[in-house]
Parts: sequence; structure tokens; C-alpha cells
Amino acid sequence: MSEKKKMRATIPEEEYMFPGTVDCQGCGAAYAMRLALKALGPKTMVVIPACCWSIIAGPFPTSALKMPIYHTAFETAAAVASGVKAGLSIREKEATVLAWAGDGGTFDIGVQSLSAAAERNEDFIYVCYDNEAYMNTGIQRSSATPWGAWTTTTPRKHPKDRPKKNMMEIMAAHRIPYAASATVGHPEDFVRKLKKAREIRGTRFFHVLATCPTGWRSPPELMLEVPRLAVETCVFPLYEIDNGVYSISKKPKEKLPVTEYLKVQGRFRHLTDQQIQYIQEHVDETWELLLKKEKLGRLF
Amino acid sequence: MFVEVRWHGRGGQGVVTASELLAGAALAEGKYLQAFPEFGPERMGAPIRAFTRISDGPIEIHSHVYTPDIVVVLDPTLLENPAITEGLSDEGKLIANFSGTPDEVRKITKFMGRIYTVDATRIAMETIGRPIANTCCVGALVKVTSLVGLEQVENQIRQMLEFKIGKKGADANVEALRRAYDEVRS
Amino acid sequence: MSTVKVITGNHAASFGARDSRAEVIAAYPITPQTQIVELLSEFCADGTLKAKFIKVESEHSAMAACIGASAAGVRAYTATSAHGLALMHEMLHWAANGRHPVVMANVNRAMGPPWSIWTDQNDSLAQRDTGWLQFYCESNQEVYDTTMIAFKACEQVLLPGMLVLDAFILSHTYEPVEMPDQELIDEFLPPFDPPYKMDLDDARAFGALTTPEWYMELRYLIQEAHEKALVTVREVEKEFGETFGRYYGTLELYRCDDAEEVILIAGSTASTAKDAVDIMRKGGRKIGLARIKLFRPFPNEEIRDIASRVNKMIVIDRNVSFGNQGIFFNEIKASLYSAKNRPPVYGFVAGLGGRDMKIDDITGIVEQADTCDIEEILWWGVKL
Ligand SMILES: Cc1ncc(C[n+]2csc(CCOP(=O)(O)OP(=O)(O)O)c2C)c(N)n1
Ligand code: SF4
Ligand SMILES: [Mg+2]
Repeated sequence: MSEKKKMRATIPEEEYMFPGTVDCQGCGAAYAMRLALKALGPKTMVVIPACCWSIIAGPFPTSALKMPIYHTAFETAAAVASGVKAGLSIREKEATVLAWAGDGGTFDIGVQSLSAAAERNEDFIYVCYDNEAYMNTGIQRSSATPWGAWTTTTPRKHPKDRPKKNMMEIMAAHRIPYAASATVGHPEDFVRKLKKAREIRGTRFFHVLATCPTGWRSPPELMLEVPRLAVETCVFPLYEIDNGVYSISKKPKEKLPVTEYLKVQGRFRHLTDQQIQYIQEHVDETWELLLKKEKLGRLF
Repeated sequence: MFVEVRWHGRGGQGVVTASELLAGAALAEGKYLQAFPEFGPERMGAPIRAFTRISDGPIEIHSHVYTPDIVVVLDPTLLENPAITEGLSDEGKLIANFSGTPDEVRKITKFMGRIYTVDATRIAMETIGRPIANTCCVGALVKVTSLVGLEQVENQIRQMLEFKIGKKGADANVEALRRAYDEVRS
Repeated sequence: MSTVKVITGNHAASFGARDSRAEVIAAYPITPQTQIVELLSEFCADGTLKAKFIKVESEHSAMAACIGASAAGVRAYTATSAHGLALMHEMLHWAANGRHPVVMANVNRAMGPPWSIWTDQNDSLAQRDTGWLQFYCESNQEVYDTTMIAFKACEQVLLPGMLVLDAFILSHTYEPVEMPDQELIDEFLPPFDPPYKMDLDDARAFGALTTPEWYMELRYLIQEAHEKALVTVREVEKEFGETFGRYYGTLELYRCDDAEEVILIAGSTASTAKDAVDIMRKGGRKIGLARIKLFRPFPNEEIRDIASRVNKMIVIDRNVSFGNQGIFFNEIKASLYSAKNRPPVYGFVAGLGGRDMKIDDITGIVEQADTCDIEEILWWGVKL
């Protein structure tokens, strides 16, 4: 009982998102926003480029959020957030600027403006909710789509044949003060990291795995379970890069085989044993590398 | 003949496929046709509509359908929604996926024209093995309106589905279509 | 044997590109164009189309990749809509000024903010001065056919071409589309063989700095090519008609022979307006319709010709040039300035952001033109 209470206390009870949004059942992206706003609190302004969230945020004249939202063009989240922050500072207004983009808006079309903003160390929190494809336009591949996955532009006969871009490493290469990965299956971890990030100045980057039952062909009720499996299999490690220091937030006691994660999602249904083996090897390598980095101490 | 059909269902239930099926069958019979979905961002599970126009002569018009002659409801949970009968005159027909009688549907919808019901979800479960009511609803529509021949729709199902879901799946859908055709109640 | 398929306007575009044997496709998804890209990537994956599909990270790169492919001497194709087209803007100039006959389908969609995914002509018309040919389609069949017509005409004049289809009204609407035998198409549209390309045996520099000494001459050549394009498009359309039995023309006239007044309009609304014309004719009005198929180059002579035969012109624009008027309205009036016979021209801005255009709207507009002041900028159906 007391244990339970303690856990609840880590996630603030205040709600800044209204119920009744128009996302699909079991949408991780919607839940991620709800958690993020709880963590960041009411003094937050949100910048959203084109993505599923352009729809989830509600059609005119409604809004799903209690805070100001600026909807912007697909490729511009980081640049518009830079401008908003600059404007606010001229007006001497304190607010956390939250750029909230999908993987397409981050890894692909928005990478230029994001890289430039990170190099300038612009003072905002950038959250990429990663559902590993362009979902708003109906499940096309992005450079965040994992190797072997089906999307409408990587048909089952020719699934994605390149690995997922490693965005955390790309952001770390900009030597920003803080970068963290998180998932919607680990709400406490996500909220803790956001609260920490809120107190840091400069560019803070979040890579959040956000379940998309529609695009992943996974049962909506497994919204929390699927990303947990991603972490337990080390497909998607939870870690922080805090001022150049890598620390892994969750090391699975017993690393599960990747099939546990793959088999609950229809987008991997066509994979052969050999292909799954290939994925396993890639996951193992990347995990080992991360463990090594953690041991090295401060890297920049 | 110039007939406008409006389909109601939810995203993911095959509403657009139903309108496409009917359109394909009409084409095979040398009729003119047009089929289109609701114009908007659809999310899984959200109520959506689709439309089919069938005519003996060329169809020029490219605006929405406002006064359908026939309304088909694929999802029984939508029957309470007043949008179901919007623009449908008492001369029109309402076909519903519903396990009860047309009178029960009349009570829910207050629609005064002719009502037909078909227990499409059950038939789909028994034939296709999944609660996909779209082919059943087309079967009911064909029986009630004779807009196109049943065989034409069967051919269409085979053409459209065999390549997508294989012969077994297409057979199951044809069976669902036929059973709905036979079991529709007025 | 030709086949008939019931397909959406988007798929008509994909099939058009397939049957035109596009060799490099670089495209990026955007509602409501997405299905064009999806089907083409399927064609490329299953080998139905032997093309290389470059899955770029943005539209700017999509157009840039098409330009690269065209410079390397192959037939390049892309498709986009609204914000994607706007993001391409720099490279649209590049394609035309570089004389690359890339063909693109643009699904007309409203520009944000606010976000809108519905039809509106401002996205493509804003690209008016980039040097692209622009074809406005009325049906899915026309989308399919125009893909080939555009490739053939564009490759002859070495200019890029954009075919335009309305969001949802065509892009997502299923209509029967007849697709001819591939052999016949291949005869109509032979392989692309540009006079200049990136070639080791014929090394040239493309697009190098050009001083005021010569820049203007290069622009003059583009203007000349556009003037030629007007003739070329007509010839190609004629040849297409003779081969496949479907004629469109650059300014399509509907019931204009004895018309005393005429509606001018582009895109799929034209077909609804044709129904409206039929209804108004039954009511005794001698009215006709002129559909603007080709916007660039602009069919000035044909506009002047129809103007000389009627007492009144009514232009319906699904677009607006803010601070002035509807864009087609402006263009039409400009082409009439030098005409001897200039009837009054009324302009209506209507149907922006996908506001549905019904038969009643067309008849209503025509009736309002009976009584309104010609100096007025008329916005049809605004609730404010
Ligand atoms: C310049 C431009 N190109 C394309 C689009 C169309 N578009 C809107 S959202 C989207 C995909 C977004 O993908 P992602 O960022 O991963 O977010 P998700 O939809 O998956 O949540 C695309 C391609 C656009 N709005 N603007
Ligand atoms: S498509 Fe995926 S990300 Fe978009 S609303 Fe649906 S579940 Fe959420
Ligand atoms: Mg995404």
C-alpha cells in the first residue's frame, strides 16, 4: 500500500490535457504529451510541427491543451521554438518552451533546423515522440523506422533494409547539456527526466518511444507493454547523456530475446528466423557499445 | 437511374472498401459510378462515411452527397447518431448491421422510410472469422436495391481480395456476401 | 487491349507515371497525395515499374533528386501537395531554369496556418512564375492521360510540367479509368533523350554563374520555350486524342456555340459547373463554360476568342491573390486588355479550403453576377 502511494507521488496529479482527444485507441503519443505536461507544469508553451499531434491537439475552435500551442510547418519545430524563446526573453517572460515533434519531423525533414538549434544551444526542451514512421499520413517509412519493419512505403516483400538512425548519438555529437531516451511504458522514468531537464538551460533533447497500435499493428491494450518489451530486449535502451556522461537508466535483469518484442507487432510479422537473428546481433552490438560508453565516464 | 448511397462505419471497418466494391460491380455492368470516402483525417475507430454514386449516364458532379437515396450503417453503435438519417427522405432506404428487427431500428433512429436489418457482424464472424461487416452489408444492399447483380459483386470480391488476402479469404467473403443477401430482414 | 479500373485520382497519377515509364522517382508523403507515393513504391518494389525510387527526407530534396536524375539523362517524376510544393519552391525555379522536363503531380490543398488538408488552388498558383507548365485536371481519367501528355510535351520544349488535381474530390474519389495498351503508350511516348546531359564524353558545366551579359538571353529562351509549349501541348493533345480517343484541349469549351455568357473555371469544380450550366440552360439562359486546362503557358488567344463571342464572363476562383483578386480573374482580364471585344468580367472567390462547391453555388454565383457591381471583389458564401 505505502509502496503504491510512493509510486503515484512521482507523477503529478494535475492534468493539462483535456480528455476526449481524437487519437486512436492506445496511442502512445497522446499519453506521452499528458505525462510531459504533468512533469513540466503550467508554465510551458508548446510548439508542434505537422505530425499526428497536429490532429490530436484538436480542430478549431477546440484545443486539447491548457497551455499555448503554436502549430507550425513540418520542418520548423526547432527554429520556431528558438524564435518563441527569444521573443519571450525579450519580453522577460519565464516559460519552458517545449518543441514536440514526431520522428519524421525530427530525424528527417526537421533535422537541419534541429541540428542548427542544438549547435546554438537554444534554450528549449525538444521531445521527439518516436512511433517509427510517418503516421499522420498513414504509415510511411522514416529514417527512424527500424530495419526489417513493414510500412506502406517499405512493403513486406521489400521491408526497410537500413537500420534506424541513431538520433541520440547525433544529438550528443552536438554536445548539448542533456539528452535522454524514454518510453511511454516507463512513465516515472520519463517524468523524472523531464523534471530534471526543466532545471537545465540550453538544448535538452528527448527521444521517446511512443507506441502506435495503428502503425505497428499491435493490440491497443498493449500500449504500455510493447515499449517495456523494447527496453527489456535492449532494442530501445533507456539512458541519459548528462553533460557528456552516459548513464543507463534501466538494465534488464535478464535480457529478453528480441522476438519477444517483435512478435507482438504485425509490422514484423513477415520476418524470417534469419532476419530476426540479424536484428538480435545488431541489438547486442549496440547494447554492448552503450555499456562501454557508460563505463568511460565523461565523454565531452 | 441516378442513385446516391451513403455508408456509415468506423475507421478500420472497411467502409471505403464497401463503397469501392459496389462501384466496381457497377462498372462491370456498364454503369457509370463514383465512390469516395469522407474528406478528412480519419483515425482508427472514429465514425467515418463513404459515398457511392451510380448512374446510367456519365456522372459529372463533383460535390458531396447531401440527399442520399440509401444509407447503409456498418456499425450498430452508430445508429443513435442523428447523422445517420441526415438528408435521407422518407422515400429512402436504411440498411443496418443490426441483430434485431427493423422496428427496433425505427425506434432508435426515428426514421419513417423503409428499414432493413442484417446481422452482419455475426455472419462475418461465422464466415470470415472476424467482425468485418462490410461485404455482408453490400450483400444486403444488393438484395434490397438490385442496383447491381450479386454475381457481379462476387466477381469483384474475387478480383479485389484474392490478390490481397488469398483465395480462402476471398471465398469466405463471398460466402458472407451470399448469406447476408439471403438473411436480410425487412 | 486497354483495361478499365475503378481507381482514385491519386492512383490514376501513379498508374500514369508507371505507364509513362518514369525512371527515377523521388517523392515525400503528404496528405492528400500520399497514395501516389505508396502505390509507386509498391510498383518499384514488385518490379512492375523498373524505376529507382528515392525515399527522400523532404520535398526540397525530392525535387532536387529529380533534377539530378533529369540532368543525368533520365525521366524523373514526383508528386506533392501544398506545404510540400511550397517547400520545393526554390527547386521549382531550378528545374525550369535548368530546363529539366521533370513531371510532377500536385494535389491542390489549402496552405496553413490554420492546418487544412482540403482543396484550394493557392498552392499551385503561387508557383505561377517558376517557369513550370501547369495542367488543371477535371477527372481521374484526365489525371492519368495528362501524365503522358505532360511528359511528351515537356520533353519536347525542355521545361518541367505540373499536373494538378483537387484534394479528395479527385485524389480520393474512385472513378473508372481506362488504361491503354503499353505498346501504344510506348509509341506515343518514346524514351527520354535529352540533347544535353551529364556525360563524360561531353563534359559541360550546368548552371554556372552567368553575368548580366547573358542571363537575360537565357530567360528569353525560356519565354520562347513557353510560347512554343502552347503549340506543342496542342499538338501532343491532338496526337493523344487521335491515338486514344480522348481530347481535352488547352481551354475546353462546353456548350459555348450559342452562349451569350460564359463561366470560366479550372479543376474538378468545372464538372459540377457543367451540370449547373445544363440546369440553367433548361431555365432559358444561354450560358456556356470554358475550362482552363492549361494555366502556363496561358491560352490568351483562346480566351480572347471566347470573349469576342459572349456578352459576359464569370470567373470562379478557388484561390485569391491577397490584396488584389482571384488569380484566374486577373489573368483573364489581363489577356482581354488588348482584345477589341471586351465583355464585362465578373470574378468570384469561392470554395477556399475545401468549402464544397455545389450546383446551387454555381447557379447562385451566376445569378449574383446579374446584379452586382463589376468593381466589387466578390467572395461567395463567406459567413462574416
Ligand atoms: C513540407 C511538408 N511535407 C509533408 C507534410 C505532410 N506530413 C504531415 S505530418 C507527416 C508525417 C509526420 O510524421 P512524424 O513526424 O513521424 O509524426 P507522426 O505523424 O508519426 O506522429 C507528413 C509527411 C507536411 N505537412 N509538410
Ligand atoms: S496513428 Fe499512431 S500516433 Fe497517430 S494517433 Fe493513431 S496511434 Fe497515435
Ligand atoms: Mg512518426
